[in-house]
Order: sequence, then C-alpha cells, then structure tokens
Amino acid sequence: MLQRLITSREALLLGAIAVLLALIATRFPGYVAPSNLADVFNDTSPLILLAIGQMIVILTKCIDLSVAANLALTGMVVSMINVALPGLPVAVILVVAVTLGAVMGMFNGILVWKLDIPPIVVTLGTMTIFRGIIFLISDGKWVNSHEMSPSFKAFPRAEFLGLPMLSWTAILAVILFTVVMSRTTLGRAAYAVGGNPHAATYTGIDVGRTQFWAFTISGALAGLTGYLWVSRYAVAYVDIAGGFELDVVAACVIGGISIAGGIGSVGGALLGALFLGVIKNALPVINVSPFWQLAISGGAIIIAVAVNARASQTKGRIILKSAEHAT
Amino acid sequence: MLMQAETDTRADAAQDPVLALDGITKTFPGVKALDRVSLRLFPGQVTALIGENGAGKSTVVKTLTGIYQPDGGDILVDGTATRFPTAQDAADAGITAIHQETVLFDELSVAENIFLGHAPRGRFGLIDWATMEAKAVEILRGIGAEIDPAHKLRDLGIANKHLVAIARALSIDARVVIMDEPTAALSHKEIHELYELVEKLKAQGKAILFISHKFDEIFRIADRYTVFRDGQYIGDGKIADVTEADLVKMMVGRDVSQIFPTRDATPGDEVLRVEGMSHPTEFADIGFTLKRGEILGFYGLVGAGRSEFMQALFGITAPSAGTVTIDGAVESIRSPADAVDAGIVYVPEDRGKQGAITALPIFQNVTLPSLGRTSKKSFIRLAEEFRLAREYTERLDLRAASLDTDVGNLSGGNQQKVVIAKWLATQPKVIILDEPTKGIDIGSKAAVHEFMAELAAAGLAVIMVSSEIPEVLGMSDRVIVMREGRMVAELAGGELTPETLVRHAAGI
Repeated sequence: MLQRLITSREALLLGAIAVLLALIATRFPGYVAPSNLADVFNDTSPLILLAIGQMIVILTKCIDLSVAANLALTGMVVSMINVALPGLPVAVILVVAVTLGAVMGMFNGILVWKLDIPPIVVTLGTMTIFRGIIFLISDGKWVNSHEMSPSFKAFPRAEFLGLPMLSWTAILAVILFTVVMSRTTLGRAAYAVGGNPHAATYTGIDVGRTQFWAFTISGALAGLTGYLWVSRYAVAYVDIAGGFELDVVAACVIGGISIAGGIGSVGGALLGALFLGVIKNALPVINVSPFWQLAISGGAIIIAVAVNARASQTKGRIILKSAEHAT
Repeated sequence: MLMQAETDTRADAAQDPVLALDGITKTFPGVKALDRVSLRLFPGQVTALIGENGAGKSTVVKTLTGIYQPDGGDILVDGTATRFPTAQDAADAGITAIHQETVLFDELSVAENIFLGHAPRGRFGLIDWATMEAKAVEILRGIGAEIDPAHKLRDLGIANKHLVAIARALSIDARVVIMDEPTAALSHKEIHELYELVEKLKAQGKAILFISHKFDEIFRIADRYTVFRDGQYIGDGKIADVTEADLVKMMVGRDVSQIFPTRDATPGDEVLRVEGMSHPTEFADIGFTLKRGEILGFYGLVGAGRSEFMQALFGITAPSAGTVTIDGAVESIRSPADAVDAGIVYVPEDRGKQGAITALPIFQNVTLPSLGRTSKKSFIRLAEEFRLAREYTERLDLRAASLDTDVGNLSGGNQQKVVIAKWLATQPKVIILDEPTKGIDIGSKAAVHEFMAELAAAGLAVIMVSSEIPEVLGMSDRVIVMREGRMVAELAGGELTPETLVRHAAGI
C-alpha cells in the first residue's frame, strides 16, 4: 500500500514540484517563503478551479475548450449586473455566476449527448459563440474598476485565517470534488464511462447523461471562476483569459489525466495546475524571458506525457501464480 | 507420440516440405510462448494447426510472417535456413496470411487493395491502372469471384472481402497461405465457397496452414494436422489416421469427452414472458416464456437477429412493439438501467470490449451495476461496497492479491470472472449469455457449462444464445430457432436433434 502511494503519479508530481521549488530557492531564496508560496497558490487558484472541471470532462472521454470563454462571458454578465444593481449582495452574484456557467456547460453537454457531435467540435463552436456574445452585450466596451462596487471587488481578496477567499474557493472545490469523484455514483460513472464506454452502457450507465453532467460541472466552475477573475483583476472585457483553456488542458495532462479518458484524479489536476503555476510565477522572478517561459511550459507538458506513458507501459498482467500475491 | 512421428517420416519421405519450423523457441518476459516447436507445410496440402487458446498458434503465425523474431531454432524455406527480419521479407519468400478479421482498406478499390504495395508500374514509375485492374480480374476469376475491381471495398459483403484478401494473397505469388480462423465470420453458404477455394489453391500446389477451432471443418478440408499444447509441439500426421477424439486427447493431454453437466430439469414458476416483440428492421414477432431454473437456448445462423433481439430485450435498442412481463408485472424497459432494475442482465458476446473497465479496480467493477444498493442518496458506502465485491468474487473463486487490483492487470480468465461476478451481484432473475463459450478452449468451456448449470439450479432463468449445436443440445431445456429475424421453431425434448435445428435455421 505504501509502495503504491509512493509510486503514484501524484507523488511523482509532488516530488517534481518540490525539486522545482528547491532549484528556484538556490537562486532566489525568498521565493519559497510561506507568504510567497501562498501568493503563488492564490494566483494559481483560477487554474485549479478550471482544471478540476476539465479533469471530470476529460475523464469521460470529452474535452471542454469553452471554459475560458465561459469564464469571460460570465465575468462580463456579472460585472454588468453589478454596474446596473450595485446593491446586489455578493452571495447573489455568486449564485448567478455558478448558474450561468452551469447553463453554458449544459448547452455543451446537450449537444454532445443528444446530437452526438464530437466534444472538440461542440466546444470549439461554443467557445467562439460565448466570446461573440460578450462583444454583443458589451459593445466591445470594458467594465472598469471604478464602475464596480467595492463589495463586488472585495470578495476574492477578503482574508480568512490568513488566506484570501479566492484561495479558499479553490481549496473547498478540491475537497468537494475529491469526495464527489471517489464517493458518489456520478464520480464512479465518470470513471466507468471513460474507461470503457461500451461496458458502461451494458452496465446500465447512461454514457451521454454522464458526459452531460461533466460538462455542467465544468461550466459551473468556469462561471464561478468568471466572477472571481473579473473581481480580482477589477476589469471585464471581451478578451479576458484568452487562450487560458489551453493552460487548463495542459494542467490536466501534466497532472496525469489520460486524454483517452478513464484515468485521473482531483489531486492530479491540483498538482498539475500548481506545477504550471510555480513555473509561471518563478520564471519572471529569476529573470527568464517570456519567450522561454512558453517553451518551458511546453517542455513540461511533453515530459509529463512521456513519463505517464512510460509508467503505464511497464505494468504487465498478472498471469503467473507467483505474481498474484507479490503485489 | 514417438510412434506417430516415425510413421510420419516414412509417409512423407517422397515429398519435402516447402516451409518448416525446426525447434523454434520464442520467449516473452515471463512466458515461454513457443518451446522448440516444429511444423511442416507441404505443397498442395492443407495442414491444420490445432491447439487450445494459448497453445501458441498465433505466435507461430506471427513468426512465419516476420512480425516476431524467434529466439532459437530455424525457419527452413525449401530446406534452407532463413530469417524474416521484416514482414516484407516473409512476403518476398512467398508466405502470406489471411487473418480472421481481414486487414484491408475500406476506402480503396478492390484492385488497389489487391495490389497495394506491389502495384504494376508504367512509365515514370506511375501506377499502371489498366494493367492492375486487368490482373485483378484475372486473379479474382481464378478463385471464382465475380467482383468489379473498381468497386470500393466498403461496398462489398464480408464474404467478398474475404475473397479480396485471398486474391491479395495470391497476387504476391504466394507459395504458403496461412488462414487464421477464416470461417469465424462467414455464413454456412460462404463457408462452403471457401472450402471450394481451398481445393483450388491445393490444386495450384500451394501449401496451406489452416487454423480453426472447429473439428468438422478440419476433417472436411485438412490433409494433415499438427497439434500444439502450451507452446510445445505434441505431434503431427495425416488426418485420415486419426479420429476427433484422438485430436482432442492430444490437445488437452487427457480424455475429454464433451459431456455436459446433468441437470435436474424441473423448472419453477414462470418468470419472464415476452409477447409480440418487434423492431423496424431487425426482428419481428418474438414471443416466449421462461421459467425459473430453466435454460432456454437461442439457435440460428450468424446474422439471424438473435443478439439484436437480446439487445432490445436489455434496453440497448428500442423495439417498435411488444411487452415484457417479469413475475407477472409488465415492465417498461427503455435503457439497460431499467433492465437491470427489472432483474434482467446481459453478458455480451464481446466480453473484452463490452465487459470490464480495465482502469478500475476489481471491487469497483463488481459493484458498478449495483451502486444503487451500495450507496445512500448517491453517496457510496465503501464498507458495503467491499462486502458485496468480496462475497461475489469469493463465490467465483477469483484469485487476486487484493480487490484493489486494477482489472487490466488480471489474466483474461480472471477478467471474465470479474464480469460475471458483476452481474451476479445485481441478483438478477434472468441472465442472458450471448455466445458464452465462443473462442475459448475446451477445458474452460466445460467450466462455463458447469457454471451455467449451477446458475439454473440456483433458480436463475438462463437465456443462452449459441451457434454451437452440441452446446445448444447439451445445455438447453428448450430451444428457439431464429431465421432472418423471426422465430421459426420452438423445440423441446425429442424434437431436439442436430438435424431439426439445422433444418429450421437454414429454412430447408
């Protein structure tokens, strides 16, 4: 059991992050100070939230490319609501953001489930549609900091036990979805659908419905992140988080989530996101040019995939009688 | 065995093998797939390669076609030791294989499929289409096939695709043709056409290696046999000198008469009643009843609509009419989940593809269809889950270190047990077994039959779809015969003979 824990993907990735931090610390000791690490975690929180949703979608053999556009549209809508009704409590804004995001996720899910369109095509389409809608409702104008109400902007920054609410949201999502994925019938269905859709069908699991709920969760998390994003950066416009969906997919891949479906964990998504977050935050600090940053992130993705492929290759079947009890 | 080998040498002294394996060994990590095996193929003769699953038959085919490299021993072509470092080298030596599932290209034309890789060239090295099509017609005529070489392959039926595969084999002027279970996907009529083709190939002096599980086929067309067991050569000789029982004995190393378990056939109350079940295109007017403890066989030719009907009964496809009554209550089955709730489970034919989820551990596979019982308000109770998984894996004597082991790490036999445990854990009333022994060896078949008898004795109603007459006759209390999507006969007792089954199935 202990050996299994040590050789797991998550442990490997945790080790890689530790090594990375140690390397950075040799050149810039201040980076590993607890307060800075907390800042890195806070910066990475939006990526963590989206990576959790994306992980569930990828687990069911789908992909959601519309998360960043969903985030931007929800962010714009809640910003405009805030401008129109500055007195609306943050709790209501949160409910609106999650609901709106979930509805957009459901739209993806319905198209995949009922019309049987490949998920990459559906979400490529909705990605463009969502961005287009932002332009239509905002006329391409920005919602700036001074237009937003103070309470609207304060929520992600509000501290509780020394950590901002943005970080707490990510932590709560990690805990909630760890339980959902390991201890609920929906979580189990997601693994089954991605692992072997035919077998899942014969088992009585509705493949399309499971994928629908995966998209809904991904959308809800994107919506939630949309509010947190615009309030934290205190600006909303058409192109916020442009291209961020690729970072999200990259975090999942680094976190050991199999693009073919059926394999992955919330812990993996968390660590994959943190790995990218640490790199992105550290490189400017140690004076690496932004162009190298892209190359290093890309290299990390390829190395992670190669390591995962090797890890799954070395496993053999247990046929020999002597091997049955060795594991 | 020694005696057999001696008689052989004398009988074959007149003729030399065109291709021979001498002491070939092939080792994979932890497994000796072939252990000093020998095989001889003679021109103008069909040699049947016989052995249980795992005997090493497919490893031999891969060695002969240059896909695997042997670790020891010689491949002799016309008596000269040769190596086939690549598949192309084996093809150059005139060895070709027709696989169980044809390896062809649907989007290319018949002529392109035949000549892919060695198309006739014209000026500037471009493909000479006219010559290619003319040659294709010539080869196809030679094997008695009237197929337009310009047709796309995907427009052809499965039998014609086989003919194209054979034509391809002939186009490279093969001297040795390997047929790996060529009849598995063919109908009765098509199998007869294949036999005629084999005769033609023999007449042309080709050496043929024929791999099959079906003894009637082997005795019909083979001249010689070679038996492997557990990667070892057991013996070879002339088919005329042996009986089916002799071959079975060599295969399994012990006497196995195909005896079916005796059952106390006193079925209980009616549990399932199907009335007027129809589908727009697949089947019509299916109706029958099934009692507790009864085994109902479904016989028919491949493509008679048996599996299609079972899939509708299980809620995978939607029937256009009909009612299903279970224990006197009419059930509306719209999805597999409904069927499982109603007490019907279906163990599909393709257990690899439709059975286990290999990335999940054993216990999660077993409880997957029973999550309703192991969870409270969709929260899974782990203790309950493990209890259920342990109960059913122990009942099936599944040996694994821990229920936490991923199913992908188990051997094929244990994976099957996981799939069956999964269904039994739902405590079904009716279990549908689709071709339960297809492609498995004789030893495992007996175990499956034993197990079916146990299920029936425990009060389960069993529906068995099978295309093997001995199995249908040996296991069923009653048999429904289907032809072209309709029930054509319901047979029991003295009516159950091989002749009546075949007569109804073929519509004679």
